[in-house]
Amino acid sequence: MKKTGFIVASLAGLLMAGTAYAQTTIKIGVMNDRSGIYADITGEGSAVAAQMAAEDFGTDKGITVEVVSADHQNKPDVGSNIARQWYDTENVDVIADVPTSSVALAVNDITREKNKIFLNSGAATSDLTGSKCSPNTVHWTYDTWALANGTGGAMVAAGGKTWFFVTADYAFGHALERDTSAVVTANGGEVLGAVRTPFPGTDFSSFLLQAQSSGAQVIGLANAGGDTINSIKQASEFGITQGGQALAGLLMFVNDVHALGLDVAQGLVLTESFYWDLNDQTREWSARFEEKTGKKPSMIQAGVYGAVTHYLKAVEAAGSKDPEAVMAKMKEMPTDDPLFGQGVVRADGRKVHDMYLFRVKKPEDSQGPWDLYETVATIPAENAFRPLADGGCPLVQ
Amino acid sequence: MFELLGIPPQALFGQLLLGLINGSFYALLSLGLAIIFGLLNIINFTHGAQYMMGAFVAWMLLNYAGVPYWGALFLVPVIVGATGVVLERVFISRLYHLDHLYGLLLTFGLALIITGIFRNQYGISGLPYAMPKQLTGGQNLGFMFLPNYRGWVVVVSVVVCLATWFVIEKTRLGAYLRAATENPTMVGAFGINVPRLITLTYGFGVGLAAFAGVLAAPIYSVNPNMGADVIIVVFAVVVIGGMGSILGSILTGFGLGLVEGLTRVFYPEGSAVVIFVIMAIVLLVKPAGLFGREV
Repeated sequence: MKKTGFIVASLAGLLMAGTAYAQTTIKIGVMNDRSGIYADITGEGSAVAAQMAAEDFGTDKGITVEVVSADHQNKPDVGSNIARQWYDTENVDVIADVPTSSVALAVNDITREKNKIFLNSGAATSDLTGSKCSPNTVHWTYDTWALANGTGGAMVAAGGKTWFFVTADYAFGHALERDTSAVVTANGGEVLGAVRTPFPGTDFSSFLLQAQSSGAQVIGLANAGGDTINSIKQASEFGITQGGQALAGLLMFVNDVHALGLDVAQGLVLTESFYWDLNDQTREWSARFEEKTGKKPSMIQAGVYGAVTHYLKAVEAAGSKDPEAVMAKMKEMPTDDPLFGQGVVRADGRKVHDMYLFRVKKPEDSQGPWDLYETVATIPAENAFRPLADGGCPLVQ
Repeated sequence: MFELLGIPPQALFGQLLLGLINGSFYALLSLGLAIIFGLLNIINFTHGAQYMMGAFVAWMLLNYAGVPYWGALFLVPVIVGATGVVLERVFISRLYHLDHLYGLLLTFGLALIITGIFRNQYGISGLPYAMPKQLTGGQNLGFMFLPNYRGWVVVVSVVVCLATWFVIEKTRLGAYLRAATENPTMVGAFGINVPRLITLTYGFGVGLAAFAGVLAAPIYSVNPNMGADVIIVVFAVVVIGGMGSILGSILTGFGLGLVEGLTRVFYPEGSAVVIFVIMAIVLLVKPAGLFGREV
């Protein structure tokens, strides 16, 4: 377990010891994948984002923040052990990030049992605010429902009525396929079939040819990371996109597009809640982030910043770090940060904000190595996420 | 038109051809492993990392030195092979008198270190490597669209595999090599520098892995884990073919590519395990492998 070793102004804290402020010390544990397939989109970058949130929050409010981080290796048992150790013996108040849905669900349970706070940014499963929702959890950045709704809805509206899925054969892939199928059929489209591919995979040509021979207008890639990159690379190689079938990357991050290169990725449509080049505020923050990490932030890393910022504001407003009081404040106060703008945290823990439909630029339109997206549409917050009543969350019944 | 288990023959031919293409990667990689095991008795777990290095060095040559794909095809095996020579001299050569297990642990550790270094340097998402202009596009074969590049991969790997087999089994150099592994003292007495012969053999095996890495760069994601993903399958191929059997590893490589291709049509969920099921059966029925000699 690695300590990122960051203490905001313990010195300032000492200086203020004589003032009327009561000192509150907060310990935030950033838990994610630091070496595996999600290390680029979460990893050290998320820890850096949490530190930036603490720095930007300031040291003048009587709150001292320490950020620690750990690698859960995408394994629920490893993640559970870290969470218990953090809560039981290391006085961690908040666990942040936690990509990989299976690990996130495990940490969700432990956090509830220990009555702490879980700020999830990295995981995709919409169950975190549905059947598995918890009064101690906020799910900040995105979920499978929002992705399916954004990309699926847009593709059907653009005329992609028939779909075939290439699905990673595990819980996340199945959930994404299920949610997207629902959106496709609800919008008058039709699902012609699906092929379940072993995870992780290298060669997808065989599955792509099955998708091609199905004759579907849209091939939905219900996979992530290296699987998606390989699928797209090979679809271009086998002339599938040139043949008129469209690819829908259902979970893609700016880092994936960067890795693919615009030659191969151009024209792809995808949904994200954040992109570094959205406005002046996101550009300014992303430039600072890039200075520290050498990369532009993913939406997950931005989400860690947003969630920690809102949490610290709630601690300040509540005047204590008592989880119940802080969660009440987090849900009561509207959110406002430079990356996601204004939004709310709903009763089921779902953070609601605008989502964006992006199209990957053509190589000739790109001005730099990270100039990758053009905005196709903004999906307003009220339509971007699953309606509160539909999630089956016991907290709202 | 006849159908086989509900699959039209066109689709079946297409899938068989795809299987053959994957088989050529298996064949190239398992050939290198088989040579290293057959002649050095080292189970080279670093092989996957060296395949990954092949793809990365090709990327570096292109981006830092402007060397295109065709140059990389020749340069990369030499460069990565040279790093293999250094590894063999510095580390592996000290283990020849010990049990296999030590070599396995050493090379496994080296693989983790190499992968870790690349991951630290280049991240996990991978890097783009463009296909050479001459090989873009493809042929419409009637039953499928065959990208030119994949056709090239099959042809070039068949040629390289056969050439390697020929050198080892049919030439004087190959005879020295085989003799040196059988009885190094005797061969040394004839005035042949056995340690150098063995070092170069390791370098050649590593060069083959790097060559496969360059072939893979334009079609697979160039990332630090690409070797770890494929190496386990390749080990299974070598075990099925018979540890150390050169021809066995080539034929099994292509054959298992075909079997895997068929599984992807009939039962896609099982395509990741089918090779291991075959491995288990082969080990039960013929423990030395399909082409191995019983000890």
